[in-house]
Amino acid sequence: MKKFMSGNEAAARGVYESGAKVGSAYPGPPSTEIFEDLPQYAPELYCEWAPNEKVAAEVAYGASVAGVRSVCAMKHVGVNVAADPIFTAAYNGVGGGYVIISADDPSMHSSQNEQDNRYYARAAKIAMVEPSDSQECKDFMKAAHEISERFDIPVLYRVTTRVCHSKGIVELGERENVAAKPYVKNIAKNVSAPANAKANHPKLEANLRELEKYACTSPLNRMELAGSKIGVVTASIAYQYAKEAFPADASFLKLGITNPMPMELVREFAAKVDKLYVVEELEPYMEEQIRAAGIECVGKELIPNMYELNPEIVSESVFGTKAETRDPGCAIVARPPALCPGCPHRGFFYTMSKHKDYVVCGDIGCYTLGSADPLRAIDTVVCMGGGFSVAMGMAKAFEMAGQTDKKVFGVVGDSTFFHSGMTGAAEIIYNKGKVIPVVLDNSITGMTGHQENPGSGLTLMGEPAKNILIEDVLKAYGYENIIIVDPQDLKAMQRAVDDAVASTVPAAIITRRPCLLIKKIKHDIGLCRVDAEKCRGCKACLKVGCPAIFMKDGKASIDATLCVGCTVCAQVCPFKAIERMGE
Amino acid sequence: MSNVKSILLVGVGGQGTILVSKLLTSGLIKAGYDVKMSEVHGMAQRGGSVSTQVRYGDKVYSPIIGRGQADVLVAFEKMEAVRYAEFLKPDAIAVINDHEIVPLPVAAGLTEYPQGTVEAMSGAFKTLVLPAAEIADSLGNSRCMNIVLFGALVKAFGMTDIDWKEVMREQLKPSILEINLKAFDAGMAL
Repeated sequence: MKKFMSGNEAAARGVYESGAKVGSAYPGPPSTEIFEDLPQYAPELYCEWAPNEKVAAEVAYGASVAGVRSVCAMKHVGVNVAADPIFTAAYNGVGGGYVIISADDPSMHSSQNEQDNRYYARAAKIAMVEPSDSQECKDFMKAAHEISERFDIPVLYRVTTRVCHSKGIVELGERENVAAKPYVKNIAKNVSAPANAKANHPKLEANLRELEKYACTSPLNRMELAGSKIGVVTASIAYQYAKEAFPADASFLKLGITNPMPMELVREFAAKVDKLYVVEELEPYMEEQIRAAGIECVGKELIPNMYELNPEIVSESVFGTKAETRDPGCAIVARPPALCPGCPHRGFFYTMSKHKDYVVCGDIGCYTLGSADPLRAIDTVVCMGGGFSVAMGMAKAFEMAGQTDKKVFGVVGDSTFFHSGMTGAAEIIYNKGKVIPVVLDNSITGMTGHQENPGSGLTLMGEPAKNILIEDVLKAYGYENIIIVDPQDLKAMQRAVDDAVASTVPAAIITRRPCLLIKKIKHDIGLCRVDAEKCRGCKACLKVGCPAIFMKDGKASIDATLCVGCTVCAQVCPFKAIERMGE
Repeated sequence: MSNVKSILLVGVGGQGTILVSKLLTSGLIKAGYDVKMSEVHGMAQRGGSVSTQVRYGDKVYSPIIGRGQADVLVAFEKMEAVRYAEFLKPDAIAVINDHEIVPLPVAAGLTEYPQGTVEAMSGAFKTLVLPAAEIADSLGNSRCMNIVLFGALVKAFGMTDIDWKEVMREQLKPSILEINLKAFDAGMAL
């Protein structure tokens, strides 16, 4: 049967067909849909959202040790969080196949950087498999599990945004029924104490040497021979671009296993052609190794090492062909992303924006948009969980520098709190930081498209679970003054902040209002309207940064199709010109 | 690759570009083409600029195109047509919805919505400009604007050898089928 599938849907299908029994992931684009698509294959496999990527990698590792095929999935920066277990799992090896899906985001469509995670496979000394389209996303998953088991090694399954989010026609297969291996306790293999690790490292090196030999014969690494003038070594999505950019008589070495690099195969291919190109997105990962092996090639001196490629970029950078385009010669305006109308975060960030002495360390999520115009209410964003700890560092620096005029807030969302905010909250209270931790609790993992988290009360497989209360966690840490506030009530929001700032005992704020996009909740939807008689055109309402408000003929106006009646704009209007209409 | 055609659908988040790409890809697959489709799910796409690419032919490698590679553009919002103009071949056809969605910087009074976007596109490309929003309203449902544009695309790009109504019957819920069939006809009639 054939189906038109995205790379992510196909990867999920591949997980199913490979006979995997356990999967754990933390959502993050472009990887999210893989696990959103997995519950349909229950009960033959178990899948879950873990609180963070490290937990996901450990759960999948544990399942592998116990003898079943397992997967974990995360975005590229998630591998930074999960790196610890992955590096040591390489020494220990696996039981059932162990596949770590890393979804990289060249061009940073929805990420904070565009790190090239292929280097992780090399640094951690694990195998790497790279599919280049939806069909391979499915097929290579099974191959990855076979490699993992045959060579006793974790496999990094590396995909990119265009592989994940493009659709292509996929020929489906059947699920392979892989029996769980009987679990046998094996301390020398699975307990990575120094003595065991010393013995396991040479085994890992031997396995990698065997794997490299295999990679030279594997069907995942194939030559497509045409002419002898030009040869192209390529992998992942760059293969699809190169196939269109290079002439029909170019020969290709298309790699699916890219760690270890099948260097004898590359050498054999290079000998068949006059000129060897290496076409890869982001860093010169393959090129550096090919050059180090003494094989002459052309790569990043022509092809950019930043942002996504496409057929035209490859063609222009390699052959200098200029695309023929026409410029309509008309200036346009950007459409920057903004907090949605009725977003519960708006009231909090508006309150922060009113105070020049507030320093706000933000985090990753929808609420990163609190930094955008006109709110501009965030000073730093670096990574998941960094909101609390970066705030701690800034507060200590201000203390050491004798700067007493700053009030420092650390801000994380509810899912981020469980991901890695909890450790920062412990840090602040234990090491006596002059920081007010704020959890923006909208009851869901918002930015990634509404996944459940330990605070939301449902599992990925749809089962009710006892939700963990953020206030209970904070209380257990010793926060004595926990202020829970509806951020949409601006007066209450400011009172909460003043209370926390003045508090003589450790204080924390939880802003609590569910994301308006949560479908299963009945929201109080209304509509605000501007009384044009009362409006003086002062533009105070524009400072809340709501996409529904615009200026028309010198007066504020509200787009009725966008407004949900949250009244934040009405509360800031000095002339009481905005009113919420009847239901 | 010479027979591969590339369709570029652009608009503003929430305008229904995804449904049109779904109908397009379903029909093209049924007609026996190799098809690839690409869309980006970015940050808070509501109100942001969105684009979807559909490519079809005997064998399609890349799911995306670069500058100067699209054969046809369907712009669900007129300023978005200009934003993506560099991706069009010089002889491409641009189907443009004469419809304005104000971006945040304009709403906030920081800048003006650009004048003359449609005229600029018409000066550079072969264009079909239609008031799809008004047509949809006159049919009784503003939400079928996307299917009016779909009909206009099929007509303008000469894709009439595929039975698109059959595809719509297979893909759309019965409750919204009739209005969308009418919207498709209205787009085709232009």
